[in-house]
Amino acid sequence: MMMNYFPDEVLEHVFNFLTSHKDRNAVSMVCKSWYRVERFSREKVFIGNCYAIDPERLISRFPRVRSLTLKGKPHFADFNLVPPDWGGFVYPWIEAMVKLGVHLEELRLKRMVVSDESLELLSRSFVSFKSLVLVSCEGFTTDGLAAIASNCRFLRELDLQENEIEDRRGHWLSCFPDSCTSLISLNFACLKGEVNLATLERLVARCHNLRSLRLNHVVPLDTLQKILGKAPQLVDLGAGAFVHDPDSETLNKLKNAIQKCTSIRSLSGFLEVAPCCLPAIYPMCLNLTSLNLSYAPGIHNNELIKLIRHCRKLQRLWILDVIGDKGLGVVASTCKELQELRVFPSDLYGVGNAAVTEEGLVAISAGCPKLNSVLYFCQQVTNAALITVAKNCPNFIRFRLCTLNPTIADPVTMQPLDEGFGAIVQSCKGLKRLSLSGLLTDQVFLYIGMYAEQLEMLSVAFAGGTDMGMLYVLNGCRKLKKLEIMDSPFGDVALLADIGKYETMRSLWMSSCEVTLGACKTIAKKMPRLNVEIIDEGDQMETSPDDRHRVEKMYLYRSLVGHRRDAPDFVRTL
Amino acid sequence: MEMERPVNLENELNLKATELRLGLPGNDDQPEKQYSSRSIRSINKRFSSEMYTESDAQKGDHQDPSPATKAQVVGWPPVRSYRRNVLQPKKAEADGAGMYVKVSMDGAPYLRKIDLKVYQSYSELLNALEDMFKCTIGVYSEREGYNGSDYAPTYEDKDGDWMLVGDVPWEMFMTSCKRLRIMKGSEAKGLGCL
Repeated sequence: MMMNYFPDEVLEHVFNFLTSHKDRNAVSMVCKSWYRVERFSREKVFIGNCYAIDPERLISRFPRVRSLTLKGKPHFADFNLVPPDWGGFVYPWIEAMVKLGVHLEELRLKRMVVSDESLELLSRSFVSFKSLVLVSCEGFTTDGLAAIASNCRFLRELDLQENEIEDRRGHWLSCFPDSCTSLISLNFACLKGEVNLATLERLVARCHNLRSLRLNHVVPLDTLQKILGKAPQLVDLGAGAFVHDPDSETLNKLKNAIQKCTSIRSLSGFLEVAPCCLPAIYPMCLNLTSLNLSYAPGIHNNELIKLIRHCRKLQRLWILDVIGDKGLGVVASTCKELQELRVFPSDLYGVGNAAVTEEGLVAISAGCPKLNSVLYFCQQVTNAALITVAKNCPNFIRFRLCTLNPTIADPVTMQPLDEGFGAIVQSCKGLKRLSLSGLLTDQVFLYIGMYAEQLEMLSVAFAGGTDMGMLYVLNGCRKLKKLEIMDSPFGDVALLADIGKYETMRSLWMSSCEVTLGACKTIAKKMPRLNVEIIDEGDQMETSPDDRHRVEKMYLYRSLVGHRRDAPDFVRTL
Repeated sequence: MEMERPVNLENELNLKATELRLGLPGNDDQPEKQYSSRSIRSINKRFSSEMYTESDAQKGDHQDPSPATKAQVVGWPPVRSYRRNVLQPKKAEADGAGMYVKVSMDGAPYLRKIDLKVYQSYSELLNALEDMFKCTIGVYSEREGYNGSDYAPTYEDKDGDWMLVGDVPWEMFMTSCKRLRIMKGSEAKGLGCL
């Protein structure tokens, strides 16, 4: 074959144009020489489940890795379904990379346990380390951040998103040396404690390439005003506390500073806000493509609407349901470029009602032709609405709908929501991710199995009637990678029907379903390349459990390296 | 618990079942009673108490449950715990912890502390201060401040400035007030003249 005679450098050069890891994975499977060239030239590696492989094997295959992305805990850990200390520790990865001489430049972690020790080791070991992105992680304190700030001389990015960080009220920000001018992105919005404001201002002033800055809620408006004056080149801003006397000099200065910040395209924050100050940011709204006000419960419905009327170029909008159906109508008529919408619940304990219903979603679907990604928490939804949404928006890639009452029927017809979600999967041929809620029978799964050909991730709760539901999905969705099910009546028949399928998937989570210990053991015995883990928080483990006992939580995933050795007592790998 | 007979897959693949009508589901002959059995039982196990009984579920939940009947299921609604912790404790603080600020009065031997959350307006606050310190503060006017009275209430705001109580809307005052100082009328006259 001709391709075998291309020198490696040519192949490598061609492969450099492949940015997606899926493409690179595909290319590596073509033939041995492509495999070889690809692995030596691979710099960015994505590991969707940190237990699917171990660092030694990874590094031996990709010795030149510079950027590593790791995901740890299963997705339902976000919702408190996984006990603490389950796992997902990053330390062994960092340790291995140090030992094997990896020149790590970038580390991106999601749902992992990150200790201060691992941050310290990271900061001291990799001379050209540039970028640390932590999403939904835990286990570290501001001491770990201090180490990163002190030791990573060429740090460009420190991005902390929604992590649980113990704030030791030290002076981590002051640990950035005066010589540090390389920061491009700094996001500490999730920190709860004070930072030295003068230090912050000086840091911003000397980092001329700073593009993205997200402050935490203790940074006052006064400081924000000064910062914007020093960093008019910012593209992404997360405001801290946005509270001030609206007639003050400070607010005037802020307005002037904002006039000069013509590059801002993305805005977030406002955890503390005095709505009367909001008009100061209207000039910014004209050019915004991304707006996240989902952590701004202080902005009431009418102020929210006033603000959004200025945001004609919005592509991404994350808000709280206080916006209401009427507000969503305004979004629909204003934001014609909208691609992604997330509406979060403001009231998590159901004391009031969610302010949005299916009407808001229908309005958006009708008004925003480019909509392709939705996460929508609402009080209720009707089949008719979902059918209309499906007709209006055939381009959905992600569709997640959560009714606050997980088994609510269509309030108009009292029927299950099977037809509505069925319409979504039939119409949206490119749908990759789907989350269901509401009253649902096996029928919806029949539709999903039949129509959702591109579906990669499915989240199910309180749905279905018999094992058939799960079977329809397993038989039909050929591209399924992640399936997570809670509180649904699927049992051993469904679980065992096609266990080979699980090796084609990243993982399967089933909690509060009808699967038994015996069935889980069967899978573990027949499939050595699957880890079948039972999470047992109760007394099931004490008495030697009967194979007929229901398993409360099961997590199974494919792995090339067998059982993990860091599982805590309450996790039993079969 | 009743186990339904496992249904043969072939029998399920009838045209009626797979027909996807893009219209409202009409009165169908398909008896969809299965949802009332299993999933509701499953829910009953996980809901914290008396809320969703089988009959509630069959009614399809169309009356809004009263606040007391909203169930607390682990994992639902699926909201990240980070988000829950950020948004909800604010409520808890509001109901529980209160917003205590120190109050000093010129000439008094020691300071007091009050919970601003207890008051709905300036007049309530001022009445309480008058009571607590046995003084008269008088009535606020935009032009004159508290001129004419023995004492004027002032507060330190987030910027560290000393401000006259009453100028800004109550909510804004609540969020920006760090401490209170009841100034002697003679000193306060200066403020009133601004």
